[in-house]
Amino acid sequence: MKNRYSIFSLARNALSHHEKWDRAWRSPEPQPAYDVIIIGAGGHGLATAYYLAKEHGITNVAVVEKGWLGGGNTARNTTIVRSNYLYDESAHLFEKSLKLWEGLSQELNYNVMFSQRGVYNLGHTLQEMRDIHRRVNANRLNGIDSEVVDARQIKQEVPIINTSPDARYPILGASLQRRAGTARHDGVAWGYARAADARGVDIIENCEVTNILRDGGRVTGVETTRGTIKAKKVGIVVAGHSGVLADMAGFRLPVESHPLQALVSEPVKPVLDTVIMSNAVHGYISQSDKGELVIGAGIDSYNGYGQRGSFNIIEETIAAIKEMFPMFSRMRMLRHWGGIVDTTPDATPIIGKTPVDNLFINCGWGTGGFKATPGSGWVFAHTLATGEPHPINAPFSLDRYTTGYLVDEHGAAGVAH
Amino acid sequence: MFQIDCPWCGPRDQSEFAYAGEGGIKRPEDPSALTDAEWADYLFMRQNPRGRHHEQWRHVHGCGQFFDVVRQTVTYRIESVDLPGRPALANASGEVR
Ligand SMILES: Cc1cc2nc3c(=O)[nH]c(=O)nc-3n(C[C@H](O)[C@H](O)[C@H](O)COP(=O)(O)OP(=O)(O)OC[C@H]3O[C@@H](n4cnc5c(N)ncnc54)[C@H](O)[C@@H]3O)c2cc1C
Ligand SMILES: [Zn+2]
Repeated sequence: MKNRYSIFSLARNALSHHEKWDRAWRSPEPQPAYDVIIIGAGGHGLATAYYLAKEHGITNVAVVEKGWLGGGNTARNTTIVRSNYLYDESAHLFEKSLKLWEGLSQELNYNVMFSQRGVYNLGHTLQEMRDIHRRVNANRLNGIDSEVVDARQIKQEVPIINTSPDARYPILGASLQRRAGTARHDGVAWGYARAADARGVDIIENCEVTNILRDGGRVTGVETTRGTIKAKKVGIVVAGHSGVLADMAGFRLPVESHPLQALVSEPVKPVLDTVIMSNAVHGYISQSDKGELVIGAGIDSYNGYGQRGSFNIIEETIAAIKEMFPMFSRMRMLRHWGGIVDTTPDATPIIGKTPVDNLFINCGWGTGGFKATPGSGWVFAHTLATGEPHPINAPFSLDRYTTGYLVDEHGAAGVAH
Repeated sequence: MFQIDCPWCGPRDQSEFAYAGEGGIKRPEDPSALTDAEWADYLFMRQNPRGRHHEQWRHVHGCGQFFDVVRQTVTYRIESVDLPGRPALANASGEVR
């Protein structure tokens, strides 16, 4: 990399009051044609471009983005990263991703602030505890660190949590993955953008794809607000807008787009050094390095592209958080926002071929794709480069809805992040 | 957050209703005659438009009835509410895009 970030570059730039840093990536004009076009500069699209260049030597690549890079769900999520999924197919995909996370800051020479602070998935009923035992055992068989903890141990490790048996939904125990945690969401997009750009990838912002050009069932390029761009292969990585892009290419997806919200509180002193998730009462919480409580809500049930959700969802989420952490009852919430998540019937992504030749899609991550950013980019780059899925993403084909080979992760992931 | 004008009870808060998915999807007359791909198309594939959407709602905390709605998915503005299977704005094929 031309300008490596290090303690020395930091000191050197301090001398010029940090006013002389180079731009982290170029802002090129679109070329008439590329080997590969990736639509969507979220974390997944940028990671795909980076691994295409790094792992497969394909650098004549454009990532086209209708807004600014990392302005979609990538910068709107609650950043929970874990790999303790129930089924083998998902476990392999998310664990590949977690392994990449573990070396990512070094690899990209960019601090993505990956913090392995652990994630607890709480159980509030006997049935939930049985499911937790099953999932933890499945994780261990797949070589993924995972443990069951009881309410006493949770209280010991997270003293501010309410484990009283008198709670409306008492906490009986949890699954705990200690290698799980959080990361800096923008940092991930910026790190991949900078590293992909350094390898020659063109990242073209403010460039909306308005049509997908085809010739006899084969993709030939895209129409954009900045002109026509030809390509040998095209990858769609647009999260909430997947249905819109599929429609441009003449096929349908088993995907619905829903509003999903999150909110942060005023910053306070460190009180919570891990991540707590509860499916039953439906709230997720961690504390950012700035001290804000980062709180995730549930999706609105209806289809929506408005990047905003309903007030009653926020109300329910806050009620759940207050139930688990009574001491937060007087915290003030500072900001709140929404994203558009692309959910599938089996709560599992679609990564692979489409009915159009040389057109590939990576979507359906729903409420939980941030954690998969590195792994998703890695397998999708393989798929674009070779024209065939990697064994890790082969089970996530679009035609599993025809063959019936669903990967039904609702229990383990459907509503969780 | 919006209100829905239930055909039976009148305007109520959206939180009184349950969303019941895309509207106007007809169950095939003879399911066993379909190919796997046609069945998958019926069962799983959706329009999911950014814009005008024909959908179903159920007034779960009221009369309990299902009905059809045409709603904008960006502004969330409701264009019409009608009895099941009769969306006011459907075109001849029953498809609203
Ligand atoms: C509130 C919230 C909380 C979440 N919490 C978590 C969590 O804790 N953990 C977790 O793992 N996941 C979480 N997720 C899910 C996660 O954010 C997504 O699955 C993931 O970010 C999707 O990655 P992406 O790069 O594909 O999406 P995006 O960042 O949305 O990227 C898609 C890009 O495509 C662009 N685009 C769309 N249409 C076009 C077009 N026509 N032309 C060009 N560009 C286009 C968009 O502008 C956008 O930048 C959460 C999501 C939300 C909204
Ligand atoms: Zn009613």
